[in-house]
Order: sequence, then structure tokens, then C-alpha cells
Amino acid sequence: MTANAPALKKKRHNRMPMLAQAGPVSIWMILFVTIPMLFIIYISFMSRGTFGGVEYTPTTESYATLMDATYFKVILKSLEVALITTGACLLLGYPFAYYIARKPPEVASKLITLLMIPFWTNSLMRLNAWMLLFQTNGPVNNFLQAIGLTEAPITFIYTPGLVLLGLITNFLPFAVLPMYSSIEKLQKSLLEASADLGATPRTTFLKVTLPLTFPGIFSAIILTFIPALGTYTVTDMLGGGKVLYIGNIIKNQFGAIRNWPLGAALSVLLLVITALLIFLYTRFAKIDDLEVL
Amino acid sequence: MPNSIVSLQHVEKWYGNNHVVKDMNLEIQEGEFLTLLGPSGCGKTTTLRMIAGFEDASSGSILVQGERVEDKEPFQRDVNTVFQNYSLFPHMTVFDNVAYGPTIRKMPKEEIREKVMEMLALVQMDGYEKRKPDALSGGQKQRVAIARALINNPRVLLLDEPLGALDLKLRKQMQVELKRLQKKLGITFVYVTHDQEEAMTMSDRIAVMRNGVIDQLGSPVEVYERPRTKFVADFIGESNVIDGTVESVDGQTIVVKTAGGTVTTVGEGFAAGDPICLSIRPEFLEVSKTPVAGFDMPARIKDFIYAGSVVRTSIDLVGGQEIKLSRFEMDSSLSEGEAVYVWWDPAKSVAIHVEKAAEEVAE
Ligand SMILES: Nc1ncnc2c1ncn2[C@@H]1O[C@H](COP(=O)(O)OP(=O)(O)O)[C@@H](O)[C@H]1O
Ligand SMILES: [Mg+2]
Repeated sequence: MTANAPALKKKRHNRMPMLAQAGPVSIWMILFVTIPMLFIIYISFMSRGTFGGVEYTPTTESYATLMDATYFKVILKSLEVALITTGACLLLGYPFAYYIARKPPEVASKLITLLMIPFWTNSLMRLNAWMLLFQTNGPVNNFLQAIGLTEAPITFIYTPGLVLLGLITNFLPFAVLPMYSSIEKLQKSLLEASADLGATPRTTFLKVTLPLTFPGIFSAIILTFIPALGTYTVTDMLGGGKVLYIGNIIKNQFGAIRNWPLGAALSVLLLVITALLIFLYTRFAKIDDLEVL
Repeated sequence: MPNSIVSLQHVEKWYGNNHVVKDMNLEIQEGEFLTLLGPSGCGKTTTLRMIAGFEDASSGSILVQGERVEDKEPFQRDVNTVFQNYSLFPHMTVFDNVAYGPTIRKMPKEEIREKVMEMLALVQMDGYEKRKPDALSGGQKQRVAIARALINNPRVLLLDEPLGALDLKLRKQMQVELKRLQKKLGITFVYVTHDQEEAMTMSDRIAVMRNGVIDQLGSPVEVYERPRTKFVADFIGESNVIDGTVESVDGQTIVVKTAGGTVTTVGEGFAAGDPICLSIRPEFLEVSKTPVAGFDMPARIKDFIYAGSVVRTSIDLVGGQEIKLSRFEMDSSLSEGEAVYVWWDPAKSVAIHVEKAAEEVAE
């Protein structure tokens, strides 16, 4: 333990000039991130105006509403969907990221570009494309009927399954990128050393590859779980608003229903979950590894 | 070959059109310290990696303990490697790094603990078991890497320039330690280096490699005193290599005509007209102020350089070649620019067949 102390001290020394350089960035952060955030927190503790908007009398009413069974269910449901999305993105994304990372750099950069193309297209267009593909007379149903898998068309539109598909494809690039960058950094000679010492490929994966690419995995979790928890476009369009998620409610409270304090309280909940995840991350991984974020 | 623990038979390696290892044949004896020595890019690492199983030979066979290993994955081979960049697992402590092999083989915990401690003591790293590799110096990392390999009781330890990243002083110290360790444990070491001094200090036998071919295999004394090719003469230690043509042969005595003059020396298997190359070490070169019988090599002293314990004298031959003479003490009777006559004891020079050397490479 004592042996690590000097190393830590050295790191802190290096950090000082970096903070100084970050001056302009800090101002930017305060202006555009911290102040709006503080404002949201402030509003969440205010009352709802009679005709919408905010009445500036302090109350914790919004937070009490969140504990209400209906909202609580929505929160749980949202967490569940975000969790499944994240899990699927990790399971699909890791092998893909691994595959790309083991290709020569020229090929890898092309594959990454391919991966990012959907991300650069308008998200409404992408979601509409999914709707077209999966509608009752759409190509997917036609195909399934043509090969005789089903007699009558299957209803995909507005099902939780399609919502999940939309979420997973939407967030997959964000999961792949940080994991790719972690795997790419992994020295091949470490895998060779492991094999040399008698480890089968499976053992090498579990004992060397996985722990050393954990920073990328965690970044992928943060980059998919948090937006998946807050999204409303995907759930609105592909789910048809049949099932409500946190994101939909926040949008509705700020929009149609005009209960800003409740919307703000829900946003604060998302913030707390995010902060908790990042806190966990910094506890378990070295701070230096945060660079992949 | 009953005693050879590793055997390379007609091993070839191609990377695309790049012929990296050419028809290599090598018998490595049980318990010996064998060094693959050669300039960068000559195929040393590739050869080692084929033995370890990280690369497949394009053709030929590799045997470890008499068994062909082509179909064995690295984790199935009874050899261990010490990598040049150490390749310690950065997320594990020194203890866990060294315990890696035995843990995988499911050795009981208590036994692992005992063995790890024993190994760390062996490489003088006891007390560091809780550190992470990040908190170790280069030399310390190398010791841990060696312990991590040795704990598996390999029959053969492969080392790829293990001291390459260390500073000179530490390198010299580790050379001695490694050699002692190898003697003590009796494990076969196959050691790769491009540093001929390191090879001379540590090895039982040296395989001098050039362009994927072993030019000469022999003890350090053999390759130093009896280089078989011009390349070996040049690469091992310092040598004056003088090209010429055999003018006449009388038994073992040959007269060689060079650009710098004619010399009478000894050599076997030469005929008049053969191209030849004479190698003479700086410490065996002599100069005289008057002509010496058998040598017609007038020259001029260029300068003196003090290099620690020795004085090096540069001498210009007729025709422009510069040769070197080294002595422990300066000959005060000589001065820069002075005209002298070069000679040497014919038994101290090595006559190398030039065409034969070329054939060996092409073989
Ligand atoms: N993986 C590889 N792919 C293609 N060429 C390689 C590879 N590894 C080594 N080479 C080539 O093989 C030759 C020998 O390399 P190497 O065995 O590493 O030499 P040394 O260890 O003696 O310096 C070099 O020309 C090198 O460029
Ligand atoms: Mg090499």
C-alpha cells in the first residue's frame, strides 16, 4: 500500500497544470452545463403554476409525486428497458468491437465509418425506416409469409419488441466505439504471454482481455444506459406512446402538461442515476481510464 | 540426436514474399545456453516465436523433447517465453503475475504461495509481491517476467532480447545473474540478442544469424577466433577484414595479394586465383619501422584514440583502407603521420573462403 503512495502523489502533481489549462473549458462548462443543471434542480423544488409554468414557492411535492405508484412503475419499467438495451448493446457490441480492433487500421477505420453512418442520418428518418420495414404489409412481413414462416402478417408496430430493437440499433454505435478503443489498446503480447503460461483462449479472455478492456465496457454502459433511460423519440414513435417511459413523461411534463417542476424532478432523478454510475466507475477503475468516455 | 531438447529441421518462414528464415537446421542441447545472435531483422525473433508456437513455420519441422509440435498451440507447449517488453499483466500484482501459470494449472493455493515466494526470492524480488507492474523499474519488471516464466518449470526458456531496454550497467549485472540462474537451474535457455558482447559473455554456444541463415554455430571462442565467414568476422568483436586474391599456394602457406600490398600467411583449401578475405583482430596486428619478411604492406599512422583501458591506433593502408590496432599501452616510439610496415603472426589471422561463404548462404 505504502508503495503506491508516491505514484499517486506524482499523478496529482501532473494534474495541476492540466486544470489551469482547462480554464476556458471550465467557463464553458459552467455556462452551458452547470447553470442549466442547477436551474433544473431549483425548479424541481418549486410549485406548479395554475396555468402551467412555475410558481416560485418551495415544495417537495414533485418528489412526493415520483413516489406515487404510477410514476414508480414507469421508472422501474424504464430502468428495465434501459438495462435490457444496455445488456444487448454490450453482448452484440463487444464481439463486433473485438472483430474491428483486430483488423488492420485501414480496414478498421472503414468499418467504424460504416458503423457510424446510421448515427449521422436523421433519427426520425431512421425510425420511420424501421416503421416501414415492419409494418403489416412491409418487407419483413412479406418475407416471413413468402418463406412460409407465418400465415397472417405479424403486428410488430407499437410492440415492446420493436421499441427494444429501435433502442438497441440506436445505441449500438455508442457501445461499440469505447469498447473498440479499449480493445485496440490491448497489447497483443499480453495475450501471447497468457497463452505462453498455459491459458486456453477462454481463460485468456476471462483473465486478461475482459479485465483490461473493462474501462471501455463501462464507458459503453454509461453511453447507452443513460440515454436509453432518457430517450423519448424511439419509444414515442416505435412504441406509439402505448407504454410510458421516463423520457416520455419528462417531455410531456415540460410540453403538453406543463408541469415543469415534476419534469424537472424526473430529470434530477436521471442526473442522480448518472452521477451514481460515474461515481461507481471512478471507484472501481483508475481515473486515468476515464479518457475513453 | 538423443540429447537435443529442441530441434529445428529444414525450417522455413515466409511472410508474403519475404523469406525470413531459410532452411534452418539447429539442434539445441539439453541444459545449454544457446544464443541466436545477429543484426536486427535477420529472423531471430521469428525463429523464437516459431519454437514458442506464436508463428507457424511455412515448412520444415520443429521438435521439442523429440516430439513434433506443429499441431500444438502455445499453451500446450512445454516452453516458456520472456518477452522483450516484459508483457506483465498490468491489472495484476507482482504476486498474481507470477502465480498466473500455477493458478491456471489449478495448483493448491498454499503451494502456489510457497512457489511464488520461492521464485521471487530467486530473482531477488521478495517484498515486492503487492506492487503493480506500473510501480516497478525496468530491471524489476524483467525479474518478475523471468520469475513468472520459471515458476512453470519449463524444459526450455525462450528469451527475446530480455535486457534490451535496460541501461548498460544494469544490463551487465543482469547478464551475470541470468547466466548464474541458468547454471543453477539447469534449464535450457534459448536467448536472442543483437549484442555480440552479451552473446559472448553468456552463451555456451552462439548461432550467428544473417538474413535468415545461421552463418556459424559454435562456442564464443570458436566464433571469435575462427570466424567461418566474412560476416561473422565482421560482426563478432572488432576485426580488420582485408579482401584479396590468392597468388600462390605452398602447402598451408599462401601468398595473398591485396590492395594494400602482398602478405604471406596460412590458410587451408585455397588454390591460386581464389578470392580470399583475411580477418585479423586489432590486438594481433603489429607495426614495425622496417619491413618484415613475408609482408609487403607499407602504411601510415593516422591517429591514436584512447578508449578507456586500450589505445586504438588507426592506420591507413595503400589503396585507402583504414585498419585498427589496439594495445593496452601506447607505443611512444610511434607518432601520427609516421610511415610504418604492417605485419602479423600468420597463425593469428583467419583466412576465409569468399566463394564458399557465398555458397553457404545460397545453400
Ligand atoms: N508479422 C510479420 N509480418 C510480416 N513481416 C514480418 C513479421 N514479423 C517479422 N517480419 C519481418 O521478418 C523479418 C525478420 O524479423 P524478426 O524475426 O523480427 O527479426 P529480428 O528479431 O532478428 O530483428 C523482418 O524483415 C521483419 O520485417
Ligand atoms: Mg527481434
